[in-house]
Amino acid sequence: MSGGAIRIDDVVKVYDPDGSAILAVDHCSLDIPAGEICMIVGPSGCGKTTLLNAIAGFHSITSGAIYLDGEVLCGPGKPQAAPGPDRVVVFQNGALFPWKTILENVAFGPIMQGRLSRKDAHDKARQMMADAGLSGTEENYPGELSSGVRRRVEIVRALMNDPKVLLLDEPYRALDSLTKSVMHEALLEIYYRNPVTIFFITHDLEEALFLGQRVAIMTTRPCRPKKILDVDIPHPRNYSVLTAPRFRELMEETIEAVHEEAIKAFAAGEKEGG
Amino acid sequence: MLIGFALFLGFWYLAVDVWKLPRFAQLPGPDAVIKEWFNRNPAYGISIFTPEYYVDIWVSVRRVAIGFALATALGIPLGLFLGWSKTFREFVFPVFELLRPIPILAWVPLAIVMFRGLETPVIFLTFLASFYATALNTMLGVESIDETYFRAAQCLGARRAQIFFHVVVPGAMPFIFTGLQISMGVAWFSLVAAEMVSGKYGLGYLIMNSYTDVQYPTIVIGMITLGLVGYATSALVRAVGNSLMEWHVRELALGEAA
Amino acid sequence: MRAMRLRVAILRGVVALIAFVVLWELGSESKALTGVALPWISAIPAPSDVIVVWAALVHDPGYWQSCYLSVLRVSVGFLAAMVVGIPFGLALAVNRTAYGVLFPTFEVLRPIPPLAWVPLSIIFWPTQELSITFVTFLGAFFTMVINVVGGAKSIDIRYFHAARSMGSSSFDIFRRIILPGVLPSIAVGAAVGMGITWNVVVAAEMISGGASQATGAGGGLGFFIWNSYVGGSYPQIVVGMISIGIAGYLSSELLRRLGDRITPWLRRR
Repeated sequence: MSGGAIRIDDVVKVYDPDGSAILAVDHCSLDIPAGEICMIVGPSGCGKTTLLNAIAGFHSITSGAIYLDGEVLCGPGKPQAAPGPDRVVVFQNGALFPWKTILENVAFGPIMQGRLSRKDAHDKARQMMADAGLSGTEENYPGELSSGVRRRVEIVRALMNDPKVLLLDEPYRALDSLTKSVMHEALLEIYYRNPVTIFFITHDLEEALFLGQRVAIMTTRPCRPKKILDVDIPHPRNYSVLTAPRFRELMEETIEAVHEEAIKAFAAGEKEGG
Repeated sequence: MLIGFALFLGFWYLAVDVWKLPRFAQLPGPDAVIKEWFNRNPAYGISIFTPEYYVDIWVSVRRVAIGFALATALGIPLGLFLGWSKTFREFVFPVFELLRPIPILAWVPLAIVMFRGLETPVIFLTFLASFYATALNTMLGVESIDETYFRAAQCLGARRAQIFFHVVVPGAMPFIFTGLQISMGVAWFSLVAAEMVSGKYGLGYLIMNSYTDVQYPTIVIGMITLGLVGYATSALVRAVGNSLMEWHVRELALGEAA
Repeated sequence: MRAMRLRVAILRGVVALIAFVVLWELGSESKALTGVALPWISAIPAPSDVIVVWAALVHDPGYWQSCYLSVLRVSVGFLAAMVVGIPFGLALAVNRTAYGVLFPTFEVLRPIPPLAWVPLSIIFWPTQELSITFVTFLGAFFTMVINVVGGAKSIDIRYFHAARSMGSSSFDIFRRIILPGVLPSIAVGAAVGMGITWNVVVAAEMISGGASQATGAGGGLGFFIWNSYVGGSYPQIVVGMISIGIAGYLSSELLRRLGDRITPWLRRR
């Protein structure tokens, strides 16, 4: 389960090139070493999801290339990557299958790929869920559980596949801040046990600084890294980090950059919203 | 609720039997209907004590059952493919939509010409109406599935065929069952019409016959029976749906509680 | 890119339609072509015969008279159902007492297929025309009411809260929240109701057909089809079916456009 280094190399993405030609990503380059928690921060609609979708294989790119451990995911001659269990996505509004029980959801990946038998997959699922503190929910349907629990289940479902990369698209956006803080610590706990590369999109600066080892602040559409900084607070972290002086220093350094982009995004929204 | 029924029945009784209002006087009154329906020796031959009554019910139910079953067996797969494969839809849907505006009952003479005998045309018409409704609703059901579920399945490593069985089919189920209830209602509608035009036995035929034989209370007996049986079959479909989709039932219940 | 996609789709649809007509022709003529008659399909009149007959009928005023009569009946019955059904549905939706009293009876009567009402209708109404119109009305009426009630119930309760907190009167709420809120359901109810109306009209015309040609009642496309069958002119049956199909399609299209007009906020950006 080593590996998972992502290299985004001068990627450009233009939507609807023959029509409205919206430039979503503009010559964006970013190097993410294996096993790093890389937070992507930016205002809504700036194109960060496009980057995630390109890595995951849901969208094509117009030019440039993306590499995973040196191999081409997408690039010249292959504009769209193939989605796969080495880069699992956790979606913004949750994508647990409502018609399957929690256990069936979690065991879904390995069973579909034929890597594990049903029994083995279920056993592994129970084990991972126990590790994540989710025992007891196996026979429920997602509709019966709270969003916080569902989100945690989704992450376990993703990790069941031994992915190299975990792609998270603002997964905690819809949660209240109290639940969020619990989610953050839960995610870190899972990470310490399964050090995958994490590509985490958020608009919440505090969340980014708490979780991330590196934070990339992106410009409003079109998207490219505006400022990248290392969060040199040591792991393992817990929530007391939030009040540490170093944390506040980092906030000060970055908040202006983020705020600038936020205002630009707001103005742009007003113009096109109408 | 009871007040409503009482008012309705009361008005009916008064208008027909007591005040003998102009047009209403010719209608059968509630006491005539009830007397006839529960009569051991009904004047016009049909009551809950006569075997013919149950024969008529059974014949109609049987026709609906066959037509509905065929329509479901053919309509659901067709609808699933129409929703799932763009290529398939582009070829097949135009032909489907070309035939759909033709009212089911306009098919009656052609059906009689095509299928000899009296039984098969009636079942065919029931099937046709039910088929359109089921296929269309199934297709809409597939289209209603959130794209995110497809993406999640893809990155979890599922292949196309697996996505079909694990995402498309269960995801479309709620819509499919709503469609089946509509389909059942439409089946009854077509059945009665077909029976009235050209059938032997059956509730539609009973109603039409009672009219031509001037046995008016029996008309109402037939109508009420139709209402009851129609309601029962729809409820049956609903119950089957609920038992197959426990996840949906629980989700809805929580939604209301919240 | 998008334009080409559309062209592919249209091309495929056209290919399928042509294939359909060709198969139909071959199936109908299977006896003549291969000596073996396909079980049900060979009894269907061939498209070639249908077109010939249709070309002749276009010059026949009786044909157009039939079309006119059917369209007229559908329109009258449908409009009556809307005029009575929408206010009735709204009344049920806003007034709890009315709902409690009337809805259960309504729900008991609803499963009875409209055509089952035909005999009672004929007994009750003085003229045949009125009895057909009444049954037509019933079919669309039940659908419309159910849709209006369902639509009103599904209006998000927060809109009501918002309006009240801004000081709206009950009448205002009715006019500005309930009415626009049910418009989409009315549009759906109208579309479904229109389909039912056509079915009922055709059936009624077949059943109580042209008995009174003298009084001018009767006739219509349903009768036309039935008569063609009885008279043995089978291609005419198909002409009638297609004519109704076209008329039905046009009326649905008309409704759909009207529906889009009255609910502009539902149109895509």
